[in-house]
Amino acid sequence: MHDRPPHPGGVMLSVALRHAFPGFTLDAAFEAPAGLTALFGQSGSGKTTIVNAVAGLLRPQSGRVTVGDTVLTDSARGIFLPPHRRGIGYVFQEARLFPHLTVRQNLLYGHWFTGRGRPSDLPRVVEMLGIGPLLPRRPAALSGGERQRVALGRAILSHPRMLLMDEPLAALDQARKDEILPYLERLRDHVGLPILYVSHSPAEVARLATTVVLVDKGRVTTAGPVAAMLSDPATAPLLGLSETGALLTARVEAQEADGLTRLATPSGPLFLPRIAAPVGTALRLRILAQDVMIATAPPQGISALNVIPARVRDLTPTGDGVLVRLEAGGQVILSRITARSAAALRLEPGLPVHAVLKAVSVAPGTIGVSAG
Amino acid sequence: MADWLTPDAWQAVRLSLKVSLWAVAASLPLGVFVAHALARWRFPGHGLLNGLVHLPLVLPPVVTGYLLLLAFGRRGWVGQWLDQVGIVFAFRWTGAALAAAVMAFPLMVRAIRLSIEAVDPKLEQAASTLGAPAPWVFLTVTLPLILPGILAGAILAFAKAMGEFGATITFVSNIPGQTQTLPSAIYAFLQVPGGEAAAARLVVIAIVIAMGALFLSEGLSCMIARRIRGA
Repeated sequence: MHDRPPHPGGVMLSVALRHAFPGFTLDAAFEAPAGLTALFGQSGSGKTTIVNAVAGLLRPQSGRVTVGDTVLTDSARGIFLPPHRRGIGYVFQEARLFPHLTVRQNLLYGHWFTGRGRPSDLPRVVEMLGIGPLLPRRPAALSGGERQRVALGRAILSHPRMLLMDEPLAALDQARKDEILPYLERLRDHVGLPILYVSHSPAEVARLATTVVLVDKGRVTTAGPVAAMLSDPATAPLLGLSETGALLTARVEAQEADGLTRLATPSGPLFLPRIAAPVGTALRLRILAQDVMIATAPPQGISALNVIPARVRDLTPTGDGVLVRLEAGGQVILSRITARSAAALRLEPGLPVHAVLKAVSVAPGTIGVSAG
Repeated sequence: MADWLTPDAWQAVRLSLKVSLWAVAASLPLGVFVAHALARWRFPGHGLLNGLVHLPLVLPPVVTGYLLLLAFGRRGWVGQWLDQVGIVFAFRWTGAALAAAVMAFPLMVRAIRLSIEAVDPKLEQAASTLGAPAPWVFLTVTLPLILPGILAGAILAFAKAMGEFGATITFVSNIPGQTQTLPSAIYAFLQVPGGEAAAARLVVIAIVIAMGALFLSEGLSCMIARRIRGA
């Protein structure tokens, strides 16, 4: 994974920014390919500031921002496109719908000014987001989830070259998040719009991101493809140790009679509680490291359904234990165990083992649909 | 009804309405612009502009009237130039309207500025990311949201203009049919023996107009606010 070029599809977004605030200095640079780029970090780490600079709402003291071939900001050449000429859609944390306009008027607001696209795009987007019945209403009469979907539609219908999203789900409960996440996946995979997505939820990052950019105290600490970032013991714990977990790609193979879904993965078959997706659907699963047990012999007489033959690649001590990187069929699985267990099992690189995974340990909300 | 008021008194009422309506209508666009500048822009001279706008509120009206006379009198700094292009303020109803507008301006700007400051700038940012240039952001987002404030400012200014006395009488005197507004007429009636009854009738009319303006303002504000917040 490490010897691949970082961005096989070419660089879509390139950001380099320096801006000093009283008591806080932003000094961040990263590049990202097409797809969804997640800016991940603690509150106050500078994620929103980066996004505002890309949108043109903040003029950095120095820096350069390009999307595709278009230079949006280049302080060295005195270039700074104002927000309304950037063609960048922005979905804010609070939907920021215009209270005096109906949902329909909100959706068409960008179209009035950009003149791009056709009004016939409206039905398509309305259908994709499931907001048809809301069109004549005003924002005050909408629920949080409805508002966020309308805000998403409004940004898409301004026909941007890129979409910015600043924790668009943070103000919503889990049910509303589950309602919107599929739309974001569709946007990423079917509309093909590059997205810069701010989040501090590892689950969202694991489900949605193509590329992950870790931000800490105004700086980019690491950046890379999501699977590599989440399966690397050096970077995974930065997303929070209890949330550490590698990504597996899988395909729905069969819906079994007893309520389980059989998945095909490069590491072998996997059985999970019913996943409501048609046979053939490509999925990405996040297997939390704390949910993976390691056995040196094939376990017998246990309830866990999923036993995956694997090989230890390396062991990384963490604060309260050991993060074991396992290789199974070319994919990486992370397992977090105690130092005592690691010693008792005499784990060392190259040792063949079995990774044991309880079927119910993969929460349905964390299962993402992936392209292809 | 017609002989309830003397023709002079009627004339004063009509003149006052004309003067006040023109004062508000002509100064409203400038009022919105200045309120927006004070609320949203940071520029050198911000404090000075704010002070200038509020000056008529704190100066004795006679001083404001005298300054207007110096500036817009026939031989004033500005008046002599305007005189050459045929615009005369001195001792005309237009001068009364100018005095009323200047005196009412601080109240108008304050009301509108408060309503602009209540509009979340984040909505304006959102509009700009959707491709709207700044003037259009103002026209399509800010302006509709501050309509109740503009209305309140306009009505407040109208009421103030109806009652303006000191600056008006200093600047354009008290000429029946030209510059004798309702307050000037009340003052004039009180100067002659037996004028109290006519003055009292004008007082009643002044109260009715003021109350009517307030009710109208309340009603329209409620209507607009309902339309904005409504489902």
